[in-house]
Amino acid sequence: MRYGRGPDVLTNLSFGLAPGSFHFVTGPSGAGKSSLLKLIYLAAKPSKGLVHLFGQDTTSAPASAKPGLRRRIGVVFQDLTLLDHLSAFDNAALPLRIAGRKPADYRNDVAELLTWVGLGQRMDAMPATLAGGERQRLAIARAVVNRPDILLADEPTGNVDHEMAVRIFRLFVELNRLGTTVLIATHDQDLIARSGRPVLLLENGRITARSAPEPRPPEPRPSGPVPA
Amino acid sequence: MSEIFDPARWRPAPFLPEKEARDRALIFVVAVLCFLACLTAMGVLAANRAAAGWTGQLNGDATVIVRPKGGETPDAAAARAAEALSGATGVTEARALEPAKAYDLLRPWLGDVTDLEDLPVPRLVVVTLDARHPANAKQLNAALQSQNVDATVDDHSVWIKDIQRAGDLVRWLGVLVFLLIAAAAGAVVAFATRAGLAARRDVVEVLHLAGAEDGFIARLFLTRFARIAGLAGLIGAGAAAALGVGLRIAGGGEGLTPALPLAWSDLAAVLPCPLLAALVAAVAAQVTAMALIRDMQ
Ligand SMILES: Nc1ncnc2c1ncn2[C@@H]1O[C@H](COP(=O)(O)OP(=O)(O)O)[C@@H](O)[C@H]1O
Ligand SMILES: [Mg+2]
Repeated sequence: MRYGRGPDVLTNLSFGLAPGSFHFVTGPSGAGKSSLLKLIYLAAKPSKGLVHLFGQDTTSAPASAKPGLRRRIGVVFQDLTLLDHLSAFDNAALPLRIAGRKPADYRNDVAELLTWVGLGQRMDAMPATLAGGERQRLAIARAVVNRPDILLADEPTGNVDHEMAVRIFRLFVELNRLGTTVLIATHDQDLIARSGRPVLLLENGRITARSAPEPRPPEPRPSGPVPA
Repeated sequence: MSEIFDPARWRPAPFLPEKEARDRALIFVVAVLCFLACLTAMGVLAANRAAAGWTGQLNGDATVIVRPKGGETPDAAAARAAEALSGATGVTEARALEPAKAYDLLRPWLGDVTDLEDLPVPRLVVVTLDARHPANAKQLNAALQSQNVDATVDDHSVWIKDIQRAGDLVRWLGVLVFLLIAAAAGAVVAFATRAGLAARRDVVEVLHLAGAEDGFIARLFLTRFARIAGLAGLIGAGAAAALGVGLRIAGGGEGLTPALPLAWSDLAAVLPCPLLAALVAAVAAQVTAMALIRDMQ
């Protein structure tokens, strides 16, 4: 893929992620990790090639199919993209509202999740009043609140201390155990090493290495992302 | 923090910020437009009433100018004409005007005349027409001819046509002004929607990526601007109604002037204004937002 008339930032990329799998993607800054995630969460279209999600080619899917696909994908954006005029609680509940769920059905889940990520005391705080790590955790809460089929996280532990990074990782593992396919872009080699999960190494827009698949067999899932 | 947040009491906050500094300018402009639209509506109603009043007066009677036939005195001719007309259908009363009365009508043009008999003042017959089914000039002429009276009937139809034409013109102008104001309001709201979307790109993007449909996002802007326009419509209509009340009171029983008789009921013309403003804003915001949001994918 490329941005505008710029050079290709991702080329000759072909890989698949088994449904229910857990992968890291790592590589130097500017290698194209964020761009790769953008392709998957449909914020960008490949200039050439296909992106398959849930057994369906997204590049040829009609625009009307996008919202449905996106609701099955949770994203922790590198720049977080929290809405400043909404409270932490409202930010976290946003995907559920868009999915058309009734507040009474999810309020307690949202409160529980926020407590779990350590924001139990800051649920009505505005994002601007939150510390960097708190904002990060709020963005993560928003990404996972709707139990997505795919979770994409772009440097999700960039702003938090080691202890919180482990805690967040445990949340992702928990989600993965429930069936979510997880792909995390990160620099945190320590986290990768401790996790024992397979890694895609991205350099200059190409996957240059792919570590051994995870030892634990994934629970069977009906579908998953299969970018070609 | 004084109180602990209670999720059970949480109510979803609006996705778009409720109040924006920009809104005040929009409210002002739309309120002014609504004010002008309401004044136009009240003006058209008052003009209609004036036209109806005038035509009603003119429709109520007709004047017949009688020319005596050879050997007949003018008075006899007038009396004969009156008799012929009284029997006609659509006529309530026909009465020959005494020469002095006829002269009174002409005095403004003639000045004071001492010797009335020497003046060839024509004899007039005033015909009061039936209010429900007034006779027209043709029927009156037929009645006169059947009695062999030589006379000219003036049923004021020329004046009535003029008044009706003027009334139509005022109505069409009113409609035109109304449409222009609605178009201007729509354009202003479209402009504001564009600015609002640009300023809230972040919200649109977050909603999009969370799987919101274009229509869902457009509806946020629709609701927002419809509400603002409705409020502005309320302000504009209220101001116009207040002005109408002032004019009505200042103008006495007949309204501002007999020429533009504003009735209390005319003030009701401002009532649909807030709703219409909200409707125009809703359409403008929806169309603008849909077009822009589709490009923001
Ligand atoms: N919005 C953008 N417009 C233009 N170029 C971009 C944009 N985002 C990223 N790039 C370029 O694409 C390449 C890959 O960037 P990115 O995917 O952000 O890498 P990473 O996340 O691995 O640091 C870089 O050369 C970067 O400059
Ligand atoms: Mg990046």
